[in-house]
Amino acid sequence: MKNNADALIFHTPICAEASQIGFDATIEIVCTTALAVFSIAQFLRYASEWRISMAKQYETVIGLEVHVELATKTKIFCGCSTEFGGAPNTHTCPVCTGMPGSLPVLNKQVVEYAAAVGLATNCTITQYCKFDRKNYFYPDNPQNYQISQLYLPICRDGHVDIKLEDGTTKAIRIHEIHMEEDAGKLIHDDWEDVSFVDFNRSGVPLIEIVSEPDMRSAKEVIAYLEKLRLIIQYLGASDCKLQEGSMRADVNLSVREVGATDFGTRTETKNLNSFSAIARAIEAERDRQIDLIESGQKVIQETRRWDDNKAYSYAMRSKEDAQDYRYFPDPDLVPLHISDEWLETIKSRQPEFKSEKMERYAKEFGIPEYDIEMITDSKRLADLFEETTALCNQPKKVANWIIGEIMRILKDKSLEPEDISFDASNLAKLIALVDAGTINGNVAKDVFVKIFEENVDPEQYVKENGLGQISDEGALRATVEKIIADNPQSVADYRGGKDKALGFLVGQTMKAMKGKANPGLVNKILKELL
Amino acid sequence: MELLDMTAVELAKAIKEGKTTAVEAMEAVIAQIECTESEYNCYVTFDKEAALNEAKEVQKKIEAGTLNGLLAGVPVAVKDNMCTEGVLTTCSSKILENFIPQFSSEAVVRLKEAGAVMIGKTNMDEFAMGSTTETSAFGVTKNPRNPQHVPGGSSGGSAAAVAANEAFCALGSDTGGSIRQPASYCGVVGMKPTYGTVSRYGLIAYGSSLDQIGPLTKDVTDCATIMEVIAAHDPKDSTSIKREDTNFTAALVNDVKGMKIGIPKDYFGEGLDLEVKEAVLKAAEILKEKGAVVEEFDLSLVEYAIPAYYTIAAAEASSNLERFDGVKYGYRVKDYEGLHNMYKKTRSEGFGAEVKRRIMLGSFVLSSGYYDAYYLKALKVKAMIKKAFDEAFAKYDVILGPVAPTTAPKLGASLSDPIKMYLGDIYTISVNLAGLPGISVPCGNDSKGLPIGVQMIGNSFSEKTLIQAAYTYEQARMED
Repeated sequence: MKNNADALIFHTPICAEASQIGFDATIEIVCTTALAVFSIAQFLRYASEWRISMAKQYETVIGLEVHVELATKTKIFCGCSTEFGGAPNTHTCPVCTGMPGSLPVLNKQVVEYAAAVGLATNCTITQYCKFDRKNYFYPDNPQNYQISQLYLPICRDGHVDIKLEDGTTKAIRIHEIHMEEDAGKLIHDDWEDVSFVDFNRSGVPLIEIVSEPDMRSAKEVIAYLEKLRLIIQYLGASDCKLQEGSMRADVNLSVREVGATDFGTRTETKNLNSFSAIARAIEAERDRQIDLIESGQKVIQETRRWDDNKAYSYAMRSKEDAQDYRYFPDPDLVPLHISDEWLETIKSRQPEFKSEKMERYAKEFGIPEYDIEMITDSKRLADLFEETTALCNQPKKVANWIIGEIMRILKDKSLEPEDISFDASNLAKLIALVDAGTINGNVAKDVFVKIFEENVDPEQYVKENGLGQISDEGALRATVEKIIADNPQSVADYRGGKDKALGFLVGQTMKAMKGKANPGLVNKILKELL
Repeated sequence: MELLDMTAVELAKAIKEGKTTAVEAMEAVIAQIECTESEYNCYVTFDKEAALNEAKEVQKKIEAGTLNGLLAGVPVAVKDNMCTEGVLTTCSSKILENFIPQFSSEAVVRLKEAGAVMIGKTNMDEFAMGSTTETSAFGVTKNPRNPQHVPGGSSGGSAAAVAANEAFCALGSDTGGSIRQPASYCGVVGMKPTYGTVSRYGLIAYGSSLDQIGPLTKDVTDCATIMEVIAAHDPKDSTSIKREDTNFTAALVNDVKGMKIGIPKDYFGEGLDLEVKEAVLKAAEILKEKGAVVEEFDLSLVEYAIPAYYTIAAAEASSNLERFDGVKYGYRVKDYEGLHNMYKKTRSEGFGAEVKRRIMLGSFVLSSGYYDAYYLKALKVKAMIKKAFDEAFAKYDVILGPVAPTTAPKLGASLSDPIKMYLGDIYTISVNLAGLPGISVPCGNDSKGLPIGVQMIGNSFSEKTLIQAAYTYEQARMED
């Protein structure tokens, strides 16, 4: 009896409490308790649906602070590499480790990327801007101040348009974009109870894009983030990978009754590492705030940390213990003057964005709008499309590969288009091999997996592995003759008028030739012999 | 001529001519240090063996003909707030008592490229905060002209080392007068260059927008020579300026005919010691005799310079000194509970009283709600002071006045009253606020035998004019 009970206790968290109640629970007690728990859970589920229906009376107001790691080769204030990874403290120097006497020197590429993002999001560029010090003590911050921009950020007053579900567009206003340096990373060794600091990330350039509180749902937030990501990827300013932290979003959220003009008290939720986590966190935080208000409590202005595994956020710090950052202009950096000329140069380098690309593709390549929409949704895919098409001049076939096999593999492997590493030339060669009849479509798919994974040269690969399509009539005829001899019933069926039987015979022939037979020829020979 | 009585330039010439060697020069300095250092305490770090070995290396290169710089073989002292690769750099603070930098400051690199040999690191007010070198965590430095008195500060160790022949010349740093005032108290020449002329890379910052490195020397010729060596554009320092006119020795011309010298009346009012006043006005008289046009004028705003300076310098210092937290380098308290307790105890024990006072002052003026009222207002005063100087320099080539209201005070007399100590900076700090060059040249002694300095202030980038005026004055004094 007791063993069974233990097994249940092990699996059901609520029943685990039973082991601490001071008596041996019988299996009956454990089971009835579990049943009670289930019904409570059921009730809560209903309750939550009921609340959602009530939530119609509330409006969620969301603003985002999005940090984007810029794709510069070197850090914002020194010449160290920004490469991700590397042994701790190997991409460091006196500047990014805050050694006494070291001084920052601004990386111009950071300014250009920041301004480019600002221009692409319809911001006004602050041509006379400054860097400020944000002072706070934390060991991942070697100087105990972060160089950022408060008083004169590089970009202000922009907006991006997002598409809503009903097909309309909505402008999300951008309050400002500022440049700043990233902090290092703390590594905690709980076993030894010590912490180590890795300054490799210290000084990696960031921009922070601060929106106005213009979003009203998780869907709008995701649409806004996807739009930002697309723009920034098109600019090549960042790869914007949420999982790796090169794009990070903090959610400022408040709720208010529909029709209210004043904002409610907002909270800031951090540690959101994927779009789905952002959506979950938004919904959970909305519900939490509505619960508080419904039960007559107040929302406290605070910073909360989201735990995606537990689908729960907890308070990190409230406004009361918010720090005074004592911002002031960094005297080590001279004010930055972005001349008209420099700004023009940055403008002239702006790439073709999605909408312009879509127009051009329709004109230039004549491929379906659906294909264009899919391909231009990613800068990487669009680049791959253009490169491959330039080599093989078969836009529709390239598009088919991209929205077919490539998207399937990306989805299966949970990869981003940015993870694609094979050469466009190999895809072009593959298309040529199929066109020439050297391999058939099924073999091509297998070869493509090899290209995707190992960037193999398909010509060489097909040759080395003997995958070439058999178009030798003599060899095919011999096999077909054998298949006809072995399948008298199907032959009879075909001759009796059942066309389906031909398909069976083709299949048998292909199978016998290990998929390498030229299907057109097989068809032709079969028909002849029959 | 006794080796130690030579100036740096005379010594460099003698070494070049083979009359003496870098090693002999260093040995003479070491002998002097062994004789007087126990009394004066000019140095925080002095490694006899290292200094001698470096002198030997340099001498070899001189003999091989591979080293031919302006200071080839000359022993120099370096203030302990300039980073020196592999050599302890403490800022005279307990919090950096064990800090050995990975790189040398740009000014030190340039000195060494010119062939100078470093003797050691000189004592200073902790983090350059003070006017007497008494706030050092490693003991006070005494004034070699009268050991009952302070050498001034914060570059007191550098000034005293030159005055005591414990160095042929030295580097100091000047945030509010920290080169000019100790030069004046110790009877040596000290120059604060135009902001941006000497790279701050490797200078452990106190007030970043005010700090400048400069020379402390036996005479104006040495001053011009060292300026020529250390002044250069440095891409590692964003505030460094590209200048073409750094051939400062070309300005060693004995002529001030037609030079317009303004005497700011505001610099000669209440609080100025009579003997200092007389000596400074006498200096002006000598330049007039040499052909300069001297007249009095109103500079105005002088009384606002002190609060503006202490607001800005303290604000910057409060942030600059945040990195000293016990995490990465320097002193860390042994027993602590958790991170914040470690910060608190380390910084409480690591910093001295004057440094803490300025960090608190700076944190206050930057805190939310006070930023506009204090920090921004101070920046406005700074801009107005710059404007007042611009107007003065439309009329005058040089502004001449005292360096400090008095000669060197007695040891221990200043620390008890920090406000009074701050007021002592009245004639020097507006020069830093306006980013201008200034030079302090000895102009006599008071009745107690303590040196007095005359300050000459020039417009931005007019070091050559200052050097010419100072050189002419120095030559005239020698003729007297």
